[in-house]
Amino acid sequence: MNMSILIYTEHQEGKFKKNSLEAISYGVAIAAQKGIDAHALVIGETTAPLPELGKYGVKKVYHLNTANINISDTKTMSVLIASVSTQQNCDTLIFSNTLSAKGIAPRVAVRLKAGMVSGAVDLPENNNGFCVKKNVFSGKAVTEIKVLTSKIVITLNANAFEVKETGGSAEVITIDISAPASTITVTGINKIAGEIPLSEAEKVVSGGRGLKGPENWGLIEELASLLGAATACSRAVSDAHWRPHHEHVGQTGLAISPNLYIAVGISGAIQHLAGVNRSKTIVVINKDPEAPFFKAADYGIVGDAFEVMPKIIQAVKDLG
Amino acid sequence: MKILVCISRTPDTTAKIAFTDNNTKFATDGVQWIINPYDEWYALVRAIELKEKDASVIIHLITVGNSETEPIIRKALALGGDEAIRVNTDNQDPFYIASQIAAVVKEGGYDLVLTGKETIDYNGSSIGAMVAELTDTNYISLATKFEFEHGKAIICREIEGGEEVAETTLPLTLSCQKGMAEARIPNMRGIMAARTKPLKVIDPVTVDTYTETVGFLLPPPKAGVKLIPADTPELLVKLLREEAKVI
Ligand SMILES: Cc1cc2nc3c(=O)[nH]c(=O)nc-3n(C[C@H](O)[C@H](O)[C@H](O)COP(=O)(O)OP(=O)(O)OC[C@H]3O[C@@H](n4cnc5c(N)ncnc54)[C@H](O)[C@@H]3O)c2cc1C
Repeated sequence: MNMSILIYTEHQEGKFKKNSLEAISYGVAIAAQKGIDAHALVIGETTAPLPELGKYGVKKVYHLNTANINISDTKTMSVLIASVSTQQNCDTLIFSNTLSAKGIAPRVAVRLKAGMVSGAVDLPENNNGFCVKKNVFSGKAVTEIKVLTSKIVITLNANAFEVKETGGSAEVITIDISAPASTITVTGINKIAGEIPLSEAEKVVSGGRGLKGPENWGLIEELASLLGAATACSRAVSDAHWRPHHEHVGQTGLAISPNLYIAVGISGAIQHLAGVNRSKTIVVINKDPEAPFFKAADYGIVGDAFEVMPKIIQAVKDLG
Repeated sequence: MKILVCISRTPDTTAKIAFTDNNTKFATDGVQWIINPYDEWYALVRAIELKEKDASVIIHLITVGNSETEPIIRKALALGGDEAIRVNTDNQDPFYIASQIAAVVKEGGYDLVLTGKETIDYNGSSIGAMVAELTDTNYISLATKFEFEHGKAIICREIEGGEEVAETTLPLTLSCQKGMAEARIPNMRGIMAARTKPLKVIDPVTVDTYTETVGFLLPPPKAGVKLIPADTPELLVKLLREEAKVI
């Protein structure tokens, strides 16, 4: 029997995560390269429409819906995912490189004795073995990793591959594997309501020390909300406690690659650029024409943020 | 409690990223090396804080790397830690490295293994989880808090759009990030003490290598910035919609 590709598909509140749909499109494209099938794996109860994953090209959706799965337990999750992939003859596993996959995918790779590529940014090349490109040096370079094992685990970076709809419906197969007893108890979850998680955002508006103080963040938040963007900041800003730590982007914060990154009053230090220079379009607003960020930007305005931002906000409102 | 802190050597954050030997090797000429910031600022300092609260805590550091990593290990020992272990190898495959650490964990009977959330050069974020799997312990990634009281470990970790609090027992493996601890600088006493702390060099255990690095590429340079006059920001909005098609 032919091997196939399995894509671990995350869901939340009855919806599939967009980053997981990217991973599905990526897995389906690899399957097409190899002339094999791609299937999705969904774990846990959900109202998300499972057969509809077929429209992204998967043939089957394995739904593991055993009661009492502790999805926060990386041990439990890796046992389950590795079992399904072995049972269903899948030799290549794809995850989106989400915060939760960072805890699970490497465990699965060890269980399956699979070589792993974390943070892939492109489709594999097969001319000289199975080679996958991944970001290294916090986005300052790309490396090509050759996987030497027959089983492969890949985590795909957010926004690195486009979601493609091909039409069709998938066969849903319910799987029942008993989950091993978990020794981790989740005692609380603090969600920041209404915010777009930075790691998943397609657009990001980010502020630096040039904004002078936390009281001026209304400018960043208003533009972000009009654009449907997440908010971020430089390390100088989170270190000064103007903004929460999780908004800090850069080499020692979160690395992101949204379609649009708007940097307001950020100088563009090398450590900041490392985490954001993979963004598709970069806009820089800075009053200093010599700010290093302009060298990494696609569009720039040399001007005072306090004068420029209200006009931009108005112009976006005028777009309707 | 016996803690093993995983320490990795990375180029300084301002190092010029370039490659030699037909783009197969990182150009190390003139590069300053540092302790991977997440390992130092969060994993190591949290371990030191735990020892400050409870003197019976033992901290060992581990680095998997060749002798060139020793100055970094000494620097880490200057911050704190009782002794260090270096597994002598050049192999860079994450599974290989994790297997070396796991062998030391099993041998040494550690209760807590701490790593940084990722290295700033390989950005794999995978060693901790692999070590946990190889040693069959619980693993929590991207931890922002760790407390240990009455045999119970309480951990906060970052999740998409928020934070999760969990309880478990030891042994445990954690990857650490911002929030865990406040970065410190070593003092003179620490630097002096580090010189005489034991640094044990051991040979790697035999395991397979699962991946290898073929080569490197630098991103294509940006075409150049298009400047929009400050008095017509609405032009920017128009370009973002019509030219870049991102809004
Ligand atoms: C090991 C290490 C790791 C680091 N990691 C990170 C990281 O991950 N992320 C990160 O961001 N930084 C990081 N840094 C810090 C980095 O070097 C910079 O210090 C930091 O990014 C500066 O933040 P900033 O641009 O907000 O502030 P500044 O450098 O102070 O820049 C403020 C900018 O605002 C502009 N400005 C001022 N007033 C106005 C106005 N009215 N209108 C418009 N523009 C204005 C100024 O011209 C200036 O360019 C790291 C540093 C080190 C040493």
